[in-house]
Amino acid sequence: MKYILMMLGTKAGFESYLQWSKEDLERNITFMRDLAAALRNEGVLVSTEGLAFPNEAKVVRAGPDGVPITDGVFPESKEFLAGYWIVDVDSDEDAYRIAARISAAPAGGGLKGSMPIEVRRIMSGAEEFSSE
Amino acid sequence: MISTIDATLRELTPLIIGTVTRRYGDFSGAEDAVQEALIAAATQWPHSGVPDNPRVWLTQVALRRMVDRIRSDSARRAREAHAADAWVRDRTTDDAEPQSEEDDTLTLFFMCCHPALTTASSIALTLRAVGGLTTGEIAAAFFVPEATMAQRISRAKQTIRSSGAQFALPKADERTSRLPAVLHVLCLIFNEGYASSAGQSLQRLDLSSEAIRLARMLRALQPDDGEAAGLLALMLLTDARRPARIGSIGELIPLGEQDRSLWIEAEISEGIALLSNVLPAGKVGPYQLQAAIAAVHDEARSAEKTDWAQILALYDLLQEVSDNPMITLSRAVADAMVHGPERALQRVETLTSDPRLGKHHRVDAVRAHLLELSGRTQAAAEHFRSAAKKTNSVPERNYLLTKAARLSDGTTCS
Repeated sequence: MKYILMMLGTKAGFESYLQWSKEDLERNITFMRDLAAALRNEGVLVSTEGLAFPNEAKVVRAGPDGVPITDGVFPESKEFLAGYWIVDVDSDEDAYRIAARISAAPAGGGLKGSMPIEVRRIMSGAEEFSSE
Repeated sequence: MISTIDATLRELTPLIIGTVTRRYGDFSGAEDAVQEALIAAATQWPHSGVPDNPRVWLTQVALRRMVDRIRSDSARRAREAHAADAWVRDRTTDDAEPQSEEDDTLTLFFMCCHPALTTASSIALTLRAVGGLTTGEIAAAFFVPEATMAQRISRAKQTIRSSGAQFALPKADERTSRLPAVLHVLCLIFNEGYASSAGQSLQRLDLSSEAIRLARMLRALQPDDGEAAGLLALMLLTDARRPARIGSIGELIPLGEQDRSLWIEAEISEGIALLSNVLPAGKVGPYQLQAAIAAVHDEARSAEKTDWAQILALYDLLQEVSDNPMITLSRAVADAMVHGPERALQRVETLTSDPRLGKHHRVDAVRAHLLELSGRTQAAAEHFRSAAKKTNSVPERNYLLTKAARLSDGTTCS
């Protein structure tokens, strides 16, 4: 079963990341790179991407003639996607374990991280009979 | 359709893995060497033509690759020592219990479905080592990058190696106890293929047909096992309905509403013939019973002509051999068709507290169905919607939502 694990952050969170020390940044970047390699090596990684900072994020709607209407004004509390991992594992619990590993990515100030990771199942086709 | 070359390669794969493994005593290395030989054949044969003896050709190429591997390996000495040990060990076991080609394939089935492996790894390894598919084909079938699938397979082989499993056919009683795991893996491969036949991905390798092919092999290797035959029958009797199960907007069409003229006659008769052979033989397991239920559905000319009393009786037998709340749930539907929905509804209510069913969408779906039968359309629509919220399947969600919408429209319009 496939799951998407989404790392979310507020604008304030993204701003504080900009202020991290060199050591903190290096620890975090190395951690993320090693984690992706480990998940690939475990045979579970489908894909992973990091997203650009949300300062240029836009919400787009179709206008009357399909002309895009863009809006970039968001409430301070809005959570933005920072990055995602798609993994293919046997159970919800396996997905949660990987999410916890991601969540523990080193934070600023030399602290151990605990970022919220939203876990969602990805839809599939229709199975016919249960084989439990 | 798979080409003749592909078909030949797939059939020969387990036999050659068996030969190379027994020569060098290294399943993992042999499996890689044969995979390379397969890829060489798939690229060369279309131009050079299929060799007179494809098996000898593949075996020679695989053995050569195996030797290359051993030579180029930095830990060559260790490997060679290991191979020599294994060679001696294999001679000894060979003398005690000579292994035939059929035994090799059966050994591979058990090896790939080793209890130390996760189901996802067992599936991948079975498809590669027994099914003769390439890593790329398996990766594409599961929509996973090839590198990830390659790692999954190589880790599976490491797990088998560290578990200390030998390349030898398990003893008869161990075979009996481990066969359900093999059947389960084949069942999951079939399900995966069936799930993907929703029209989203037409070029995807047909995993259901591959599962049926593997089940046929297993059935031929274990002719006395009623469950191996039962699983094959179940797959055929289910696959027969494939052309009728998805509607124009990709919604699942339930059995009762399918156009039965689209069902595949040949698969139905083959499944029924298989069942008629094994059912009288005595010990009847869950796959045979599920197949028998599928057969009763398939034999009905129309949904109205379904022999629900017989289906209910079969569910009762199934409940005796398998403690699975899913069966109780399906039985409730049969019960409602025979005795009306009220008692069945009460039974389903008690199931909602079963932790094994958890928040499974089928509980809501069955409840909705029974409520609809009892004429409580509004409540039925609500339960169809809560089932839609819980399901993980696109066609099923489409079906459940349209069903709920139809019921709600009906109540507001009339």
